[in-house]
Amino acid sequence: MTDTAQRLAEIRGGVPPRRHNARTIAALTGNPGCTRRAVLDSAGVDKPKLAERIGFPARFGQSRFAITRGNAFEAQVKADGGVELLRLVAERLGVPVPAGASWTDLGGDEDRPERSRAALTAPGQGAALFDHPLLGLDVAGRRVHLEPDLVAARLGGRFHVVEIKSFPVIDGQADPAKVSAAAIQSAVYVLALRELLSTAGGDPELVSPEVVLVCPRDFTNQPVASLLDVRRQLLVLRRQLDRMARIDDLLAAVPAGFTADPAADPAALREALSTVAARYAPDCLAACELAYFCRHEARGQTAALGRPVREALGGVDGVDEVLALAAGERAPEPEQGEAAALLRAAARLRADALAGNPS
Amino acid sequence: MSTLRALAKAQAVAAGVAQPVATVRHLHLSDRPLVLVPLAMAGEANAPLAALVGAAPDEARLLVVPQPRNREQRLAFAAELAEAVLPHLESFRGVSEAVPVDRGRDVRYRYVDAPQLIVPNPAGITFLRLLGRSTRFRRPDGEYPVHPSVPLLGRWLTFFAERAEHPGSAALVALTEALTLHWATGQSAVEDLHLPALLGWLDPPPGTTGAEAAARAEDPQTCPPAGPATDPDFDNHRLAPAMAAYAEAEDDPVARAEAYAELERLLRGQLEPTWELMWRGLGLLRALPPGARVAGRWAGDRDAFTGYAEHVDAGGGPQPRRDGAVAAAVRLHRLERALASYAVQRAYDDPLVMAEHRLTGEAFVGDVTLADPKRVDDSGKRPVLRPRIQVVTTEPVLVPVGATLYSPARPAQKAKVVFVTPAADGKTEVVLELSGGMGRGLTAPPGSVPEVGERLCLTTLSDAYLPAGNFPAPEETPWTHGGPPAEAV
Ligand code: SF4
Repeated sequence: MTDTAQRLAEIRGGVPPRRHNARTIAALTGNPGCTRRAVLDSAGVDKPKLAERIGFPARFGQSRFAITRGNAFEAQVKADGGVELLRLVAERLGVPVPAGASWTDLGGDEDRPERSRAALTAPGQGAALFDHPLLGLDVAGRRVHLEPDLVAARLGGRFHVVEIKSFPVIDGQADPAKVSAAAIQSAVYVLALRELLSTAGGDPELVSPEVVLVCPRDFTNQPVASLLDVRRQLLVLRRQLDRMARIDDLLAAVPAGFTADPAADPAALREALSTVAARYAPDCLAACELAYFCRHEARGQTAALGRPVREALGGVDGVDEVLALAAGERAPEPEQGEAAALLRAAARLRADALAGNPS
Repeated sequence: MSTLRALAKAQAVAAGVAQPVATVRHLHLSDRPLVLVPLAMAGEANAPLAALVGAAPDEARLLVVPQPRNREQRLAFAAELAEAVLPHLESFRGVSEAVPVDRGRDVRYRYVDAPQLIVPNPAGITFLRLLGRSTRFRRPDGEYPVHPSVPLLGRWLTFFAERAEHPGSAALVALTEALTLHWATGQSAVEDLHLPALLGWLDPPPGTTGAEAAARAEDPQTCPPAGPATDPDFDNHRLAPAMAAYAEAEDDPVARAEAYAELERLLRGQLEPTWELMWRGLGLLRALPPGARVAGRWAGDRDAFTGYAEHVDAGGGPQPRRDGAVAAAVRLHRLERALASYAVQRAYDDPLVMAEHRLTGEAFVGDVTLADPKRVDDSGKRPVLRPRIQVVTTEPVLVPVGATLYSPARPAQKAKVVFVTPAADGKTEVVLELSGGMGRGLTAPPGSVPEVGERLCLTTLSDAYLPAGNFPAPEETPWTHGGPPAEAV
């Protein structure tokens, strides 16, 4: 074991690293500036367990109704060897619908990585659909296997990632939050698929950055396909994975002896976590299991109120500081001159208006 | 986010309770608002699960869909909701008033009051919009006939959802938005979408801070979410078994009735806390005096209600799935104008909102130190009354000479900036020439010209009527811009 691997194992405690999937990898891009998260995720710490242990359990439950519905829709779309799926994808891509396509289910076997690699890189141009390919990515120096519920479609010599999601597209529109979550997850697959091709000496560009999203249309079960361009998400992802690959730089900012081992004493854990810099923002609530802890820690910070609020307050960090500057009770730092003047004027106007002066 | 509002948020953190960002209420509140708390089934495309609906705290009517994946039951829900909503709408169609149009040459009629729907949050509005979309094209005849009230409900829900996009409309209101328009909490905008947490900040129980109350409200075990999404734990551990019990009891009427009662009990338990919060929130809003221009905006909602009721009476069809190109451009233009005028009206009605504009230099407050109310300008063909006043302010004056200012105290009057002179102690003297709002003669009626000693707010914001843009009629639209749109079906 290398020093780094040794160190990460210590941080994680005596457990194997938590498994990643496309969702957790996609989540890595959520708050790229946060060292705490980058370190914990690099080490593969079980963050849900950690959060629970320190008294701030995450709330990322999933309703079984949603899961059932998702599985049923996926099964329906993939039925009959993917005939319907092939038509949808081809029509959406604007290529002639092939008379037929091979359907290879890469799921369920022991030697899946090998099978997936062989199948996807085998020479051939014909229309082909590959279900459940096993893909891999390097995350913080560790090989992570992805088992996507995904179809890779080879059409006209190019590969397209096909994502089947059960949220509806109504009159051509879907919930934007769900679409952007799907886009970043698909980008993970595109990246992994490209890596697989290039490792085998193939051309990674054969994997299109245009992903086909298949969703139920309107209020029916009928599938409809849309195209999602994930070029931007690929860049973001690449950048964060590169950052995590330089794990030694990240670890340099972490005090020696730091551990997030969920078996440790909760008070000690809270103490330890606070020694690694975080960058809490309200977005964390939807993206990171530690959010309630970090929010608690960030109380009294303007960042906890959201970026627009912080900016409107002249970028001043602390709520106390804001109020002291506004009241003129505190001399501004040199770079705070403008912010302080604005805050004083705001405080005066607010008081004036609350006292009933005219509009 | 304006700095003034952001500062109020910082003050809320320090005080442990929400802080006002308005001194008057900026939306109309009906005496009998129809409160609607919907729940949707997770994973489905807007499948209703349950709702509480009613126009008074003790009039909650519970609607339940025991098997939301079942189409018939979803439509039965729509029919039942129609029974609760349509008579409520109808009850506002009694008395009309005449409104002069075309400079008094003609009159039209509008209802003296209109219905108002209140849901907990913006997601509740989306729910109604999609419910409207999924029901308004249904037919009482043909292959899958539905009760005639179902498509009618769909059209009305669509009407309300479209009104909700109109800035300043109070026809369909998300309570969280209405509340944050008037108070700033010590939490972020995302957290403010959660009605229980928001009310925790607005009205924390005695001995608790807003932050503590909000944190407690976030625990779905103690405080169910305000919908339409349900708590996944509730789904998995309580709702799913109860639904399964209902499904299994298919052939046993007694067991089925029991299972239904259990579902009702569970869903009522999820909805009732929100129901209480809805009325508490409305109570907080009601305690604020309405702004002066609220009634005018509500008249716009009454107009829209009257218009749509007449459209339905005349056998008009449901709203199209998507607007044609011209209709979309017209609508966008209308919304933009409404947004601008709504912002100005709120500032005119409320010194605390105007303060946001004072901070950015769009307005200032000063004292009138000189006034010449009799001044007549006879340099033109005809002498005209052009009083001048001098206002002294301590605020920065960013407006250039020649600019036209307005004062909310006399909105019909224009004040042209003649001189801006720095004075002692960092004050600024501004000389203004007044026109308008003083009758037709050469003598200003008393009170129409500000007097020495009056404290005055002057602003570049104008509440004057903005002319509508010109758009081609549908039949004149070139095909490149969507062509003559298809007839609405
Ligand atoms: S919740 Fe905490 S650890 Fe996670 S990303 Fe946000 S600040 Fe970083």
